Amino acid sequence: MEDSQLLHLLELVIAKYNYWGIAILLMIGLYAMIAKSNLVKKIIGMNIFQTAIILFFVSIATKWEATIPIIKHAHGGHAHSIHAADYMNPLPHVLMLTAIVVSVATLGVALALAVGIYQRYETLEEDEILGQLKQEQIQAEESGGK
Amino acid sequence: MSSQLAALIIIAPLLAAVGVNVAGWINKRLCFPTALAALLVSLSAAVLLMRQVMAADTRIYRMAGWDPPWGIAFYVDALNGGILILIALVAVINLMATRQDAAGFFEKRLGPFYALYLLFVTGLMGIVITGDLFNLYVLLEIASLTGYALIGMGGARSRISSLHYVFMGTIGASLYLLGVGYLYMATGSLNMMDLAALLPGLENMFLVKVSFLLCLVGLFIKMAFFPLHAWLPNAYSHAASPSASLIAPLTTKVMLYVVVRLVITVYRPDFAFSQLPIADLIVWLAVAAIIAGCILAYKQTRLKRMLAYIIVIEVGYMVGGFWLANAAGVTGALLHLFNDAVMTLCVFLAAGAIFYRYQSDSLLHLQGLFQKMPATMTAFVVAALSIIGVPPTCGFFSKWYLLSGGMAAGHYGFVAALILSSLVNVLLFFRVIEIAYFEPEDHGSDFEGSGHVQAAVIREAPADTVLPLLATAGIVIAMGFFVHTLVGWFIEPAIAPFFPGGL
Repeated sequence: MEDSQLLHLLELVIAKYNYWGIAILLMIGLYAMIAKSNLVKKIIGMNIFQTAIILFFVSIATKWEATIPIIKHAHGGHAHSIHAADYMNPLPHVLMLTAIVVSVATLGVALALAVGIYQRYETLEEDEILGQLKQEQIQAEESGGK
Repeated sequence: MSSQLAALIIIAPLLAAVGVNVAGWINKRLCFPTALAALLVSLSAAVLLMRQVMAADTRIYRMAGWDPPWGIAFYVDALNGGILILIALVAVINLMATRQDAAGFFEKRLGPFYALYLLFVTGLMGIVITGDLFNLYVLLEIASLTGYALIGMGGARSRISSLHYVFMGTIGASLYLLGVGYLYMATGSLNMMDLAALLPGLENMFLVKVSFLLCLVGLFIKMAFFPLHAWLPNAYSHAASPSASLIAPLTTKVMLYVVVRLVITVYRPDFAFSQLPIADLIVWLAVAAIIAGCILAYKQTRLKRMLAYIIVIEVGYMVGGFWLANAAGVTGALLHLFNDAVMTLCVFLAAGAIFYRYQSDSLLHLQGLFQKMPATMTAFVVAALSIIGVPPTCGFFSKWYLLSGGMAAGHYGFVAALILSSLVNVLLFFRVIEIAYFEPEDHGSDFEGSGHVQAAVIREAPADTVLPLLATAGIVIAMGFFVHTLVGWFIEPAIAPFFPGGL
């Protein structure tokens, strides 16, 4: 009884290690985005989060004992019978090429905004920026209310 | 040519986004006409396409001739045909209304601004027209990235607000992508029609349920559904007016459309509404969204910020109404999607016009506005009445559908929240109208030293802002009069198969 439960647990952890790895990466990314106050660290967290999902897609494309999806000797390729089970699924890889481009673009926009923020506030620590914003607001209210 | 309309809708603004940048190098004055021409092409293509759909049911466009499910196909039916027209119309009106404001505010960055504007519209149109879930993700990110950039081009505080929006938006889009991945694991397909054929029988798979929930949470973040709304008010109120009045009416509505499309086409309503035990939870969250939005909107002292919180309330209406899961509720939610886009455009354009003249949108500085900007304020009042839900305007009818949907579903919490929020909306808008109409004007010292434009020199916004604004107000009223046509053309054909009992 206990043995079978243990086996079940082992199967859950070891046989599906890729999902565990991805879940851990997702959590690291999310943690950095929520808990870190440095904007660049947040941006790195965001990139880890996106990369975890790219790894997820790539890992679901694999098959047991399958090879890369390139049909050898392409000219005569049609002469052999091709078993889909012998080749990994190429579609998730192709999708992720696009997703990588998207994540690079997101990273670019985020970094550009961070540069803009740094030029104005001369810091990338979020709590310091929020402090400056609060002071700005108080000053604006004082000058507006007199 | 007429068989290529679906592609033309997307291609015209996409190519023009490149063209407008080039035009900006040659002469800044070429930017606006280039953008306008592209959007008009898009708008007329959308209208022609809708006529085809009405003549002959769903149109399928095979991108580059590849057959679905291998290639990417565009599907246009009554619902998304209507939303395509809506997006194009809002984009064209906003483009015309903000020409002077944009030229003054962006100066050297005018070319990039119009390029981002067109790419944003391309992204939204693509989201609405595509029939492929992964293609939808890419277009979602095109719309989001350009949205971040448009918001980040605004005033001093816009960059930090935009960066927060980047973080939240990226989490949302990534969760959606993860959901799509789960669905792909379960079915091996990404094409919506193909999935609709493959999914029946798989509903009990854990993977399918998780995929739906992940997509849903991701899209809820993107549409700022309470309690995932925190990014929206800052992002929308700190953006420059020409960007805000483009993004605010469209983004949340298009995200709601994606949810609707996933539910009615891909997962099927009986799975989303009854097999998953989430319908009640979502309606109660919508109630919370409406009430929290009301309280937060009431606390604001700036016009644009108040309007941004009203968007949070409206999202609550639409999501809640949709998950009432009866014909009246779903019709109300979809009708509100159309109405709210136009109403929001109208109030944001008016707020933009006020900001253009005053350089401030603080509620304390609006005294005497009715005398100085009568046309702008007239349009504002029309849209305000519509958001409150006063009969001749379109807002009344969608609220009526939502109310009767709530009654039919026996969800009195939602009904109560709707009525309460209408009352709060009365308070919110009459506070603005009272200050602008009744309060005596401040003369002299108040404005000095505060950097604001002298109150005495304020006059009506330029004619090319006021005319589109009044036209929008006209549309708000016209949509009220032609509400049955709207429902009959765009909404009934899309939802009739699922609610055979009708309204």
